[in-house]
Amino acid sequence: MLSIENIADSIDAWLNRAFSPSVATLLEGVLVGLGAITFFAVLGLVLVLMERKVSAYMQIRLGPNRVGPGGSLQTVADTLKLAMKEGLTPDGADKFLFNLAPFMVIVVAMLILAPIAFAKGSQLWDINIGILYVSAVSSLSVIGILMAGWASNNKYSLLGAMRSGAQIVSYELSAGFSVLSIVVLTGSLRISDIIASQQDGWWLFKGHIPAIISFVIFLIAVTAETNRAPFDLAEAESELTAGFHTEYSGMRFALFFLAEYVNIFIVCAIAATLYLGGWMPLHIGHWSGFNLVMDYIPSSLWFLGKTFILIFVIMWFRWTFPRLRIDQLLDLEWKYLLPLSLFNLLLMTLIAIEGWHF
Amino acid sequence: MAFLKDYISDIYRGIRSLLKGMKLTGYYFTHRKEIITQQYPDNRGTMVLPERFRGEVVMIHDENNEHACTGCTACELACPNGTIKIITKFDTTPEGKKKKALDTFIYHLELCTMCNLCIQACPTDAIKMAQNFEHSVYDRSKLTKKLNKPGSKIREGVE
Repeated sequence: MLSIENIADSIDAWLNRAFSPSVATLLEGVLVGLGAITFFAVLGLVLVLMERKVSAYMQIRLGPNRVGPGGSLQTVADTLKLAMKEGLTPDGADKFLFNLAPFMVIVVAMLILAPIAFAKGSQLWDINIGILYVSAVSSLSVIGILMAGWASNNKYSLLGAMRSGAQIVSYELSAGFSVLSIVVLTGSLRISDIIASQQDGWWLFKGHIPAIISFVIFLIAVTAETNRAPFDLAEAESELTAGFHTEYSGMRFALFFLAEYVNIFIVCAIAATLYLGGWMPLHIGHWSGFNLVMDYIPSSLWFLGKTFILIFVIMWFRWTFPRLRIDQLLDLEWKYLLPLSLFNLLLMTLIAIEGWHF
Repeated sequence: MAFLKDYISDIYRGIRSLLKGMKLTGYYFTHRKEIITQQYPDNRGTMVLPERFRGEVVMIHDENNEHACTGCTACELACPNGTIKIITKFDTTPEGKKKKALDTFIYHLELCTMCNLCIQACPTDAIKMAQNFEHSVYDRSKLTKKLNKPGSKIREGVE
């Protein structure tokens, strides 16, 4: 059967036959890098188009409908336009940091891709601290944003970057606690273990109400961490023009834009892995007939389907809710989400110790 | 305990209002018939404009080429930016009396903001807002229009 795992295995075997093992490993690294970059580009195009269509339908508009069938080539045209634009560096900017920042942001997004399991047996790097690695690396993106805001030498950029910093630092707490509650249930930080533990049911259903609460908290926290509305204070078009990327243009602006969408994909992929079983098909207890039918759907489709449903939910948030003020934003985290997630973690631990989950 | 009760009811009300909003956008997302976008140049033939849409000021003429304008200049006085200029003349009635009447109703479309004040000011309902909005021309002078048709006269009985 054709699957990503088999293709990867056969490429690996062929490379090892044709070259010495060290050269083969190097070539595989290059292939994976190219694959990741291609995946990023395609993902950016698809997600931007999806966002524009979803927002249009939610606001009773039509959205892009002129370029290509049903507007499907709109984002390709936009990317071509951006690629041909001049990448301007302001005179007063700190040139080195200004040029480094977009790459910093995109590299961080690429790093988080490593431990994510896209399908059965296709994971770039199955480290034993996978989930810890993800939360550690994802907090690095704030450095790129602060760098961009500071180096631009623009008050709007700096304000946006500072807000973004405060936001990411605070919301990381509740995101971390939500992740922890699943780690408590699974007893492992390794992503493949977390997925394997959901063979007979997803944690969202197996973990009773605390799992649902932590899922909701995780969704809210990651929406804030990716700087999306209703938590898009870092950009806040109406107040700060474009926040930390006000001074960016051309391809470097495109990199920030791409990083935003890749980050959305990644956080939704992690939410799908933790709560919805990653690539694991929907299995209900001992209904073997039902489970067998579900197994026929390829695992990569399961993973992408779950991730895209979560992405849709986050887009739904964005096009429904009004933006919060900075004090409301911090209130929500420190007065509501953090106590709730602490209490929830306690409950979850009790459930895990007593073995009340299914 | 009152504090805790407030805290929890705050959370409940917050979540409820957020879900209400999501329900509405979700409804719009799944119901394409609600879409209000007009694909303008494509649907030029079938497009229906709202009744109260204001495109330009026109004078109502009936089938006998008669209008209801008495030349009272109420619209000219009502207009905030000098869009309307009315030139009057004196007609001689059959009894030999002189009577003020409309000669030329000049309308500067390029100055008009479609505020509807002239229509409200008109005592005889001689002018109205038309639906036409395709006003682009290559020469500015084409935007200065004469609203009363050539050879038209005031309808009998309008004072």
